[in-house]
Amino acid sequence: MSAGVSVTGPEVLSGPGGLPGATTAAGRHRKGLLYWRGRRLRPWRFAVLAVAGAYFLVPLWAAFRFSLAYNGTGWSLEAYVDLGSQQGFAPAIWLSAQLAIVATGLELVLMVPTAIYVHLRLPKVKRVMDFVTSLPIVVPPVVLILGVLAVAPEKLKATPFLLALEYVVLAVPLSWRALDAGVRALDVHTLVDASRSLGGGWAVTVLRVLLPNMRVAILSATVLTVALVLGEFTMASLDLQQTFPTWIYVYSQSNGHVSVAAAMLSLFVTWVVLVGVSALAGRRGGREIALV
Amino acid sequence: MTTVSSSEGAGVPGIDLRGGHVRGGTPVVLSELTCVFGSTVALDGFSLDVGPGELLALLGPSGCGKTTALRILAGFQEATSGRVFVDGRDVSSLPAQKRGMGMVFQSYSLFPNMTALDNVAFGLRLRKIGSGERRARAMALLEMVQLADRAGRYPHQLSGGQQQRVALARALAIEPQVLLLDEPLSALDAKVRAQLREEIRALQRRLFITTVFVTHDQDEALTMADRVAVMRGGRLEQVGPPAELYRSPETPFVAEFVGTMNRLPGRLTSAGRVSVLGRELGARGAVGGLGTEVDVLVRPEDLMLSPAPEASGIVTSVTFRGAQSRVEVLLSADLGVKVDVASAKAVALSPGSLVEVELSPACERPLVDKKSSRQAEASGAAPAAI
Ligand SMILES: Nc1ncnc2c1ncn2[C@@H]1O[C@H](COP(=O)(O)OP(=O)(O)O)[C@@H](O)[C@H]1O
Ligand SMILES: [Mg+2]
Repeated sequence: MSAGVSVTGPEVLSGPGGLPGATTAAGRHRKGLLYWRGRRLRPWRFAVLAVAGAYFLVPLWAAFRFSLAYNGTGWSLEAYVDLGSQQGFAPAIWLSAQLAIVATGLELVLMVPTAIYVHLRLPKVKRVMDFVTSLPIVVPPVVLILGVLAVAPEKLKATPFLLALEYVVLAVPLSWRALDAGVRALDVHTLVDASRSLGGGWAVTVLRVLLPNMRVAILSATVLTVALVLGEFTMASLDLQQTFPTWIYVYSQSNGHVSVAAAMLSLFVTWVVLVGVSALAGRRGGREIALV
Repeated sequence: MTTVSSSEGAGVPGIDLRGGHVRGGTPVVLSELTCVFGSTVALDGFSLDVGPGELLALLGPSGCGKTTALRILAGFQEATSGRVFVDGRDVSSLPAQKRGMGMVFQSYSLFPNMTALDNVAFGLRLRKIGSGERRARAMALLEMVQLADRAGRYPHQLSGGQQQRVALARALAIEPQVLLLDEPLSALDAKVRAQLREEIRALQRRLFITTVFVTHDQDEALTMADRVAVMRGGRLEQVGPPAELYRSPETPFVAEFVGTMNRLPGRLTSAGRVSVLGRELGARGAVGGLGTEVDVLVRPEDLMLSPAPEASGIVTSVTFRGAQSRVEVLLSADLGVKVDVASAKAVALSPGSLVEVELSPACERPLVDKKSSRQAEASGAAPAAI
């Protein structure tokens, strides 16, 4: 599920909604085959769309349907109503939320200055960064967490925030790519020079000039990190932390309907966050910047 | 900063549009600047004086160090050695944000997240000027570049020319002592470029602000500048008013980079004299002994044509250019020359016409250079065409 979210994230943001000028009066009123925003859907296109759609939607629909069949059959929202009072639900949600906030905060503090600095001062290091930042994808999470658990100090191991640190590492490939694209879209050298010639020191230049123009990239790095934290299972379970995903898993052993309802809810919440962010990013005049 | 708020509504508050009478203009001196990047020597002992209120063009081929010189002056780049003086003060160790120089860049440099007005007001905001006055001043500057009606637009909603005008207004907003322009027009199309040239020049005169204008376009340099400094390979080749550079270039490089030049074969006859096209005259830059074969540099307007049935010159093209026409003549298999002829006379000529080419009596003391192979001539003429 989490994988589904982080994969669809960028697509939702950069959106099929922006086919410019696709809606024409003529297009809307033509008769015959299927039309979407004035474009004729040729049969094969339609087929591809249908298959891809089914691939994503059928499991979701099945899960949703299952969550409604609380007492074995029928339609009932009871699973959702009961969710809040389930044992461990609230603490798990709270833990995941904390981890998401801490990990995202650290991620941005670490990666935003890195992206700016590398582009401004170390252009030759860009390639190295592309490679280094993809390591967390290459190294399986199981290996990562076992290695960390073997060497981490006991004090840190006793808190759930070891997990937050792990998530910071895990999210580096996603956030680097988002931020790198954001900086790339700007002529950072000229913007920095312009700001400095007008009297801007470094703080002013970064806060007033660079960050506002990286808004979309920062938002997308945020969304990707949050989605990752809310969906990560392997590390959390090996670190014996009851995060939201591990809670869903454990709880599904006793009540499948409620745990699926929880999964559906988290999917819905993540989706709302994505839409919210894309609305935020699309607002105001700023230039469109490719997301990932 | 001297801020004299004028009470007239039409003027630019804080910037006196008759500036010349109020501010004296600031002299700038670049002294022995050297700048080395790894194995590249971008500047190699470059010195230059810019007078108060002067518009000086830095002209030279791509890669000769113009931008580097400007960036050192602005404080973006540290020189390997050498000093920068503004108004007699050594500013070499002052960071860019403290030099108070306005700069307009080659690429579009407006802040994409701000409207035109906010871009212009940016520097004023950093100077803690209250929002009301800031707005009024920024608006007045936008009016000055004729973009008051676009104040609320974002950079991506403006054309290239408009963006550069806003950038100019933004640079002027901080009442800089020195204005620096790094090929600000090179990304624009010809018509906008010509128009902006005039606007920049007019503004600069009115504000009497010391200005360094970098360009690789000799037309731009010659038409806009009070003086032109020609650079080559990180060094200053020659500096002077446009007419002086054109009429008496000191080096073959300047001669060929500024305006159009012909290379005619000649021979040194006696000390400082050369014989060319059947005439003997005094020459500059003559090196070598008697009888040395040399190239004599002659401008198209210093040559004359006369139709002659027995002549060896063959007209290859005639290009109408208003009062004058440019006639290209092949004197021998590997020697072509360009000659400017009054258009009234040129109507008698067409490709294939046989003509005699002579030096005009106005041609005095031409520059002489080592004889180049014909290939060298072709590449030597190239910079002028850029
Ligand atoms: N930051 C830099 N690092 C390395 N080489 C540079 C740098 N800036 C300029 N150069 C080199 O210095 C020389 C002069 O560059 P520049 O001043 O930009 O020339 P111009 O503006 O006249 O075209 C060029 O050879 C260029 O490659
Ligand atoms: Mg340059």
